[in-house]
Amino acid sequence: MVQPALLLSLALFAVGVLGVFARRNIITVFMCIELMLNAVNLAFIAFSRAWGTLDGQVLVFFVLTVAAAEAAVGLAIVIALHRHKDTLDVDAFNLLKW
Amino acid sequence: MSGVAGGHGETGGARGMGGSTQAAALGLLSLIAAVIAAVLWRMGPARQLESAPFMILLLPLSGFTVLALLGDRMKRDGEQDGAGIVACGTVLMSFALAVWTVVRLLGVPASAEGYRAADPALRGFDWIDVGGLQVPFSLLLDPLSAVMILTVTGVGSLIHVYSLGYMAHDEERVRYFSYLNLFMFFMLLLVLAGSLPLMFVGWEGVGLCSYLLIGFWFKKKSATDAGNKAFIVNRIGDAGLILGMALALSRLGTLNFSRIVESAGSLAPETGESGFITAICLLLFVGACGKSAQIPLHVWLPDAMEGPTPVSALIHAATMVTAGVYMVARLGPLFRLSPTAMAVVAVVGATTALMAALVALVQTDIKRVLAYSTVSQLGYMFLACGVGAFGVGVFHLFTHAFFKALLFLGSGSVIHALGGEQDMRRMGGLRSKIPWTYATFVVGTAAIVGIPFLAGYFSKDEILVSALAAGHPVLFGIGLGTAVLTAFYMSRLLFMTFFGSFRGGHEGEGHVHESPWSMLFPLCLLALGSILAGYVHIPHIVEPAVQPLLKEALAPGWLHWLAYVLPFLGILPAYYLYVMFPQASEKLAEDLAPARRVLEAKWYFDVVYDAFARSVVVGGSTSFLWKRVDVGFIDGIVNGLGAVVDGVARTGRFVQTGFVRAYALMILAGAVVLVGYLLWVPR
Repeated sequence: MVQPALLLSLALFAVGVLGVFARRNIITVFMCIELMLNAVNLAFIAFSRAWGTLDGQVLVFFVLTVAAAEAAVGLAIVIALHRHKDTLDVDAFNLLKW
Repeated sequence: MSGVAGGHGETGGARGMGGSTQAAALGLLSLIAAVIAAVLWRMGPARQLESAPFMILLLPLSGFTVLALLGDRMKRDGEQDGAGIVACGTVLMSFALAVWTVVRLLGVPASAEGYRAADPALRGFDWIDVGGLQVPFSLLLDPLSAVMILTVTGVGSLIHVYSLGYMAHDEERVRYFSYLNLFMFFMLLLVLAGSLPLMFVGWEGVGLCSYLLIGFWFKKKSATDAGNKAFIVNRIGDAGLILGMALALSRLGTLNFSRIVESAGSLAPETGESGFITAICLLLFVGACGKSAQIPLHVWLPDAMEGPTPVSALIHAATMVTAGVYMVARLGPLFRLSPTAMAVVAVVGATTALMAALVALVQTDIKRVLAYSTVSQLGYMFLACGVGAFGVGVFHLFTHAFFKALLFLGSGSVIHALGGEQDMRRMGGLRSKIPWTYATFVVGTAAIVGIPFLAGYFSKDEILVSALAAGHPVLFGIGLGTAVLTAFYMSRLLFMTFFGSFRGGHEGEGHVHESPWSMLFPLCLLALGSILAGYVHIPHIVEPAVQPLLKEALAPGWLHWLAYVLPFLGILPAYYLYVMFPQASEKLAEDLAPARRVLEAKWYFDVVYDAFARSVVVGGSTSFLWKRVDVGFIDGIVNGLGAVVDGVARTGRFVQTGFVRAYALMILAGAVVLVGYLLWVPR
């Protein structure tokens, strides 16, 4: 029962990582990060069920809460970025370097 | 009542009303006295004796505190007269309490081993308690420290009173009196302390006050230089003292005076002379040499005469410079275990006594003659300690405190009369002009040269007897010779100052005036002390156990006859040379020019030290420590670290590309490495 769930989690996480590297639209990148978070949530729940404890599920609630707050802040930053440069290309925002 | 008077005086002082700070000071003093009397009265007789030493100690400190807090205000209002009253009052109270305590101590039956044996260490509070080192803040009141506190507070209060007159016109009286009070506190702490570290606190404290008072007139370059010299030379001695304490702690396991003596006594007899006890004694003696101005660390004391004359009398003649003698006497049983250390003490003492007396022959500054005389007399004290007669050394310390304080204060009175002149070549014939000063000065001179039945006669006689009885004929001979020299240079001082005709010019002659009563009164009391102090047989009090032994080995009869004529061997030639035929002294000075040059250069100690300081200390610091170590090594480390950080940053900054996905890649790489580590590295 654990193994399929973990495999699914791994697949989701890999999709997320790939999206972060392959896509250039900030919002897509953002969604891929959320995908990775939820892949981890899935793994938590799978372990929680396998071991018969509630710790994993409690952690999932924490992750969900933090993800919600993060989404709020992140989307606000995205809006601010778009106002600033009229584009959502990740590579356009490279001012902070050597 | 007293509190009300104090409060009123303060507000009055702010308005600048005349005499109000005196009222405030008197009110404050009566308040303190009332509190002390009340506290002592409430205690039982046993507790009284335990508390009194702490009060003796804290009284001058309270005076200092008051002056330190109110000093600026007093000075601003131009109302500095209260300062002297506070300072004198606290010290006089301290003296009264000391007398009271010692009288009470004498009343305790010695045979019953009551107070003295039961609890000689008065425990205050825990001071240092680190690992194996436990040093309580404890005082020790035994016959030795009783003699010392009586000397210190007695002579100290007389000099405080004298200062009222001597410093009456100084702008900085508050500062002066606060330093003087602080000095009294530290000096009493030094002699009352029950352990070496606590004694060391007093030791350093009096050194600090000495420095502050030598440089009291700090606008004079020579005064600040002299202060620095005293401070630096004393640091050299104190380094030895600290090392000695450290060695004593590591080997004997305690720094408490009574227990040091015990544990050393239990160690030594079987093993014979042990090296480490010798080392401890010699290191401590280095400290004593610095404080008590023994060769080769004596160079600071003559320069210390730059301070006000009462300071020279109190700190640099009667009390502080005797601290080294006190320490050696305090640790006498320890020194006794090491014949080598004893020999060193005796030889250094005798050498210093002789060499300083020779230099005193050619000095022309009245205070410098006395300064070299002090160095010489301190040498006598160490000579006594070195031949095993510690009680006799303290005896000479006791009598010397009286007549040397008298001589210094007398010279201060002369300087005061002449409006600041210190050169004996411009004095002369003052006998009739300042008769009181002259009379007391004669008594002081007679006491120091050892005219029979005055104070110096008894103590000096006993030192010579002890040296002979201990089997040191050479040291005895040096002592004899020094005694003759002492008689000569002191008579020379007396004759050049008070006899003949005035050499200071006509307009100076008219201004010569006798000092005020506040200066003459202490002179008279000290003269009385210089006559009578010899009849208090200190060795019997301090070392009752040792004294009978010395009595058996008493000197042959001829020595006593010799002691009678000894001073006149010096006085008569001086009279011949400086009163009867002054030309003869000039001719003699020319005939002995080479020897005189050596003595006028003070044996070239200052020249050698100066050369050493310039070449090795300054030169070595410049060429090696500064140019090599500091610039090459220390700066190299600092600048090198800076260069490394700079270089790493220069190349490493290109990691920051500004592309968000590059950062994400780094995070991924990091995560992969971390997970790989967790998975594959075996637990």
